[in-house]
Order: sequence, then structure tokens, then C-alpha cells
Amino acid sequence: MTDQDKPGKAQLAEMFRDFIDAEYVIVDEETLRPYECDGLSMYCEMPLIVVLPETVQQVQRVLRICHQYSIPVVARGAGTGLCAGAMPHAEGVVLSLAKFNRILSIDPLARSARVQPGVRNLAITEAAAEHGLYYGPDPSSQIACTIGGNVAENSGGVHCLKYGLTVHNILSVEMLSVEGEKLIIGSQGLDSCGMDLLALITGSEGLLGIVTEVTVKLLPQPEKAQVVMAAFDSVQQAGDAVGGIISRGIIPAGLEMMDTHAIRAAEDFAKAGYPRDAQALLLCEVDGTAEEVQEHITQVEGLFATFGATSVRTSQSEAERALLWKGRKSAFPAVGRISPDYYCMDGTIPRGQLAHVLTEMQRMSDEYQLRVANVFHAGDGNLHPLILFDANVPGEFEKTEEFGARILELCVEVGGCITGEHGVGIEKIRQMPIQFNEQELVQFNAIKDAFDPAGTLNPGKGVPTLRHCQEHRALETKPAPASMTTKGAA
Amino acid sequence: MADIAKRLQEQILSARDAGTKLNIIGGNSKSFMGRVSSGEPLMVAGHSGIVSYQPVELVLTARAGTPLTELVAALDEQGQMLSFEPPRFSNESTLGGTLACNQSGPGRPWWSSVRDQVLGIRLLNGRGEHLRFGGQVMKNVAGYDVSRLQAGAMGSLGLITEVSLKVLPKPAVTRTLVFDMPLNEALGLMNRRAAEPKPLSAACWLDNRLYLRLSGAQAAVDATVRQWQGQGEQLDDGDAFWAALRDQELAFFDGAAPLWRFSVNPTAANPALEGDWLLDWGGAQRWYRGDASMAQMQELAEAAGGQVSLFRGGDRQGEVMHAQSPVLQTLQQRLKQSFDPDGVFNPGRLYSWM
Repeated sequence: MTDQDKPGKAQLAEMFRDFIDAEYVIVDEETLRPYECDGLSMYCEMPLIVVLPETVQQVQRVLRICHQYSIPVVARGAGTGLCAGAMPHAEGVVLSLAKFNRILSIDPLARSARVQPGVRNLAITEAAAEHGLYYGPDPSSQIACTIGGNVAENSGGVHCLKYGLTVHNILSVEMLSVEGEKLIIGSQGLDSCGMDLLALITGSEGLLGIVTEVTVKLLPQPEKAQVVMAAFDSVQQAGDAVGGIISRGIIPAGLEMMDTHAIRAAEDFAKAGYPRDAQALLLCEVDGTAEEVQEHITQVEGLFATFGATSVRTSQSEAERALLWKGRKSAFPAVGRISPDYYCMDGTIPRGQLAHVLTEMQRMSDEYQLRVANVFHAGDGNLHPLILFDANVPGEFEKTEEFGARILELCVEVGGCITGEHGVGIEKIRQMPIQFNEQELVQFNAIKDAFDPAGTLNPGKGVPTLRHCQEHRALETKPAPASMTTKGAA
Repeated sequence: MADIAKRLQEQILSARDAGTKLNIIGGNSKSFMGRVSSGEPLMVAGHSGIVSYQPVELVLTARAGTPLTELVAALDEQGQMLSFEPPRFSNESTLGGTLACNQSGPGRPWWSSVRDQVLGIRLLNGRGEHLRFGGQVMKNVAGYDVSRLQAGAMGSLGLITEVSLKVLPKPAVTRTLVFDMPLNEALGLMNRRAAEPKPLSAACWLDNRLYLRLSGAQAAVDATVRQWQGQGEQLDDGDAFWAALRDQELAFFDGAAPLWRFSVNPTAANPALEGDWLLDWGGAQRWYRGDASMAQMQELAEAAGGQVSLFRGGDRQGEVMHAQSPVLQTLQQRLKQSFDPDGVFNPGRLYSWM
């Protein structure tokens, strides 16, 4: 096909208006503007067109047209992602699934719910509550983020050590291929015959297809949950205490650590009663039957004391539990108050490497003259260093990105990975060759080709093409985002 | 206990050059599964041994030929377990075979499956490239999830050489309750119990008896036994029952009659098919013994919201896995092509067209 055959913006919009209400085919700059980025707003691009279809047939027609003319398609849920995975393509269509916001059915006996991809994560739990059930994964953006986006990123949350990630909590998806053909992957059973395509689709960042329906598993709400907060004089001691709990055979529902910078920022913001002089703080939530929680809480309190906690506090009411979590949950905005901007990293490391990694990061922090606050999903090794910077200081964001890249390299070096839950998107595509060699990247690209030979689904994200890798290597010395507006959201 | 990856790689490369096919064999305990495959045997059991095990990280990495018995013994010493309770069809059953055949035991709905617990793998693809995917950490979303994709692929995408797994602490206490109950009543009760926040860890129905396993903290299990026991009894040797169920050593599995496996909606009415049934996984996995056609069984499975496979016995020349829609079939053939362009591995084992 030559460029002459390719429809221009106006012509393409006209084709879409043929079957989508005109007001949901967006072409004007002012209305397009909110779509230029996702939660990682340092990376922006204006799309050609945004469409908001409301039926699967409409999505199919959008895909068929885009496939026919090789027009890039970027799927979008709530736009809360943190890796620029939903950043538009300048010559492409943003396919918003915002209107797919219905919970189709809940089956309380089978403990499952059929939902459209634009349903918010928390809305599933709210709807299931009357049956004593809830949806497990709870990313911190759960008020706003959608289940379709959760599938695309394989989202986790603070409870994933015990309850797993998205991939562990869905039964099936209905998906459209790049050609607009419908596929059902998975079933109402717990597995399907043959290779596990459901796992392959989960976390594929919109590169393999467009999810139009998701069947999720629901879990019984625990009878009881309590949280123990413990302060320590060093990160090492807190890390050892985490190991102590796991060794005792307890799998906490949530196990979070904060370093001193994060503790102070969170306390100033949320007034949760965190000890401001602690070097490390652990929040350990235990859930289950009333008897089980009582048994485990007593053990956890004892263990924290044994590992040298300077103070231990256990929630005695739901209000107190919520308060203790409030500090942790608002850690990102809290850090946002002590710095004009911050940049959130998402590496995962073997837990035993925590003290080493934090020491190295402090060294780099001194070297770059940029402060770092750390919040850590201590149970599963997922580290969120927040690099504090000021975007108005020329060159400071570039310095921040370089610092961030070195943190990710460090994570890989100690046996971890570059992203635990935020995804690769555009943001970490330069770091993919650190974690994967050329043959592995070729294999990833071959998988992509099996689904999307023309490469029009979310191009430029997730997996670097080899040409891409070389370009990135050449560019390594001067990373530069397209533009910068506001700070990275939490 | 040896690393023979180099030798395996050479065998794959020479098979590729010679245009021959390979039939992957680990402990040879699951050769009854899948279709009859042609190809020269590629013996993997020698590629064995635990590479690393950090109990406090809850992560174990082992070569694919490592026998499950060896893993279980090492974990046992630390009070930990393979939470997906893999069946040991023989003492030689391996980790790699367990993942390739996606085999998980009675605790699967509550404690996860082998595919759930896989964190990363190494794989020799059909080009003889030794690749590493995933990792040894709980959370890793970099790149496509090639590790879990292998679950159920039966070696069609490549030779798994190493697997990293999340492992879990063993529960402090386990009790089994048994109730006399017909199938339909048991099916309802299993699902209602599963919706309660109690330490249920397995639910099975066989020979008009419902078996419920409770596992966890002492106080929680004791309290639930008191609440749930009613007319039921506690089984003295519960662990032996669940192990025999897991390894298909119960009398139900004896004999030569074809064994069908239904993976369905746990609440679905049981198919109206005369003969012997066993319900596991709280109703989500159902076993049937008897002669039937694949087409008939597929219809029943679809009505129950799931899929069927001819697990053991019967005609192994025909299809033994639930038919795939044309678009899914094409997609899987393309995926196969992307990993194994010359079709070296396990031709026809999974499907005649694969």
C-alpha cells in the first residue's frame, strides 16, 4: 500500500463516524489533549484520533479499518498506567474502552464475575461485597484503574504475596485480534487444554489484542484482618524481621516497608502515628478466620520484638487499621509534597538483597545529588524508589532518568527485574536489553509477529524491536522524553 | 545431578539439521498423556538437580529433569511445600514434565496451580537457543509471560531446562471431614463451603462421599471442624486419601476404561452420563470412566462451561484435547512456528495439527 491509499485524518474520522456517534470520534486538539499521556505524564504524544466505541462490533470495525490501512491502535482504559504504555501514537488511533463499563454478571456460587474491560477495579469488589466476596488484586490506583488495564499490565497490589497478581485471578478473556476476529481464551473452569494463552495475554501491554470482556475470580472476604506496625533502627533489621515471619510459615496478606524519608513524608501528610525517628517501618497485615488472625498476630508481635523493633503497635479496630494503612497508601502524594517532582521506579529484587540495594542506591543518590525515598512491597521484593527532582532545573530530569536506569540495572544485577508491576511501556524499553539478550528479544518479537504481523497494536511499547535496540544503544547517552508537563502520578 | 544442557542443545541442533523430530521424555511417567508422538526420544532426566533454594525467599530453582520426590524432600526439611501438589505418577515424575503437562493436585483451587507458581524458566527453543524468561522474583512483568505459556503446551514450544517456582510454608495442621452425600447435594455444598472464608484446601466427591480438607493455623482448623462437622466424620488418615487422589491411585482410577477429564464451571450440573464419576477441585475438575466419543464429550463440557480431554486410555491416535476454534488453532500454529520453526519438538503430541 502506498501512502496515497492511506486515509487522512478527516477521511478516517468520517469512516469511524459511519458507525460511532460523532461526539465519540474525537479529532479536535482541545478534546484530544487529555489523551496525550497516561499516568506517566513525562511522556506525551498527541494522537491522530480518539474513538470511544460502545459495542464489540464497533471495536471490530475500528480494528478492521486500522488493519486495512496499517494504522497504529493504542488501547486505553483509565489512563492510570505508570509506564507510558497508553501513550498515543502520533499517526495512530487511541481506542478508549471507557464506555465498556458494565458488570455483566456476578455468580456468587461459582465465585466469578463477567465484566467489561472499562469496569474499575474497585467497582468489582464493591459489587461483589453483598455476596461476601471481593476481587483480589488491589493496585493503589484501584479507585480509578480498569480491569482491562489490569489485564494488560498484570497488575498486583499490596496483597499479592498471598492473593496473587491479575494472572492468578482471572478465568478467561474475550479478545479481538488485530484483524478484529473474536477469540475466547480460558473458560469457566480453572484451566484449558493446550498452551496457556491466558497467561501470555496477561501483561502483554496491548501488543497482542484488544480485550473486550474479562471473567474474574472472586474470593470470600476474610472474617478478620489486623495490621501490626513495627519500627526499626535499620533497614537491615527490618529486612531480617520480614525473613523471620516468612520462615515461621506465616504468609501475611500485606507486608510493606518504608525507609526514613518515606516515613517522615507519609507521617507529615497522613498523621497516622508513624514514629518519625525510625529508620525503617514495617506494616504487616494478617487476615483469615478470627482464630487464625489471633494466633498469627501474637506470633508476629513476638517476632518483631525478637528482631529488635523499637516499637510495635497492633490495630485494635477497623478505624485504626485504616489509619495505619493510610500513611503507606498516601506515600506517593506525600512525597510529592516534599519535592516539586518525583520519579517512581519499579524494580523487583530478591528480598535478601534489600540492604545491599539500598546502600548502593544511597551511594548513587549522593553521586547524583538527588534524594530518594523508598517504599517497598517487602513480601514480594517489589521496590519503589521515588527519586525527588525539580523539572524546572535544566538537565535535572535527564539526570533523574539516568539515575533511575542505574537502579534498574542494579536490580537485574542482584537477580531481580526491571519492572515488578508497572510494565515496560515506553518508559523502560531502553532497559529491556539489560534483562534480556538479543535471542530472547528476537523470541519476544516472534511472538508479537504471531499475533500482529504488521505490528500495528501499540507499536513502540513493551518489547524493543532489534532496530529499536540499536537506536537506543546509540541514544543511551542522552535520553530525552518528548516533553514534560506535570509530575509522575502515583 | 548434572547439567547436560549443552548436550541437549547439540541433540536439538543436529535433529534440526537432519530434519528429524524429537520426542521429549523426562521421567517417562506421563507418556500416557497426549497423542502418540513420533520422533526420536530426547532423554532429559539426566538434566537434574536443585540449582538454588532460598527458603526465606520462598523461591526454588531446579533443572527440569529433577524428580518431584527430590524437590519435596528438600522442601520438607524446611517446612515448605510445592503448594500445587503435583501428581507423582511414578517416583521418576519430573518438574519439567509437571509444568509441560500442567499437572496440579487437589489443593489447586485454593493453593494455586503449577502455572500459578512458576516465576521463570530456561528453555531450549527449536533453533537450539537457550533462553531465559521470567526470573526468580515474585513479580516480574518485563516481556511476555513465556514461562506460564509452557503450562499445558506439552513440549510443543521447546524443551524446558530449568524452572523457578514460588514455594509456600506447609500448613500447621490438616484435617479431613467426610460426609455421606449424593453427587448433586455434594456439588452444592462444596461450592457453598468454598464461598466461606474458612481454611478449606480441598474438596472431592467419590462413591457417595464428600471429602473436605481443612488446612492452616491450629485454632482456625479446629474451629472450622466444629462448625462444619455436623453428621460428618473426621478421617484418620486424610493425608493418605489426598495423596492417593493426587497420584490417581484410588480404585476409581484402576482398569483400562478410558479416563476423561472435565475442567468446568464448578457449579455446573454434572453431565447426564451414566457411569463412574469423581469430582475434585470443588467441582471444577471432574473425572469420568467409560467409552464415549470426543464429539459427545466436548458437547457436555461446553454445556458445563469448560473443556474436556481424554486423559488416559482410549484412542490416542485421534484428538485427545478439546477442539480449538479455527482462529485459536491458527494462532497456536503461528506461536509454535515462532518457537520451533522446523517442528522439531513433539510433533502431534498435543494436537494432530501441532
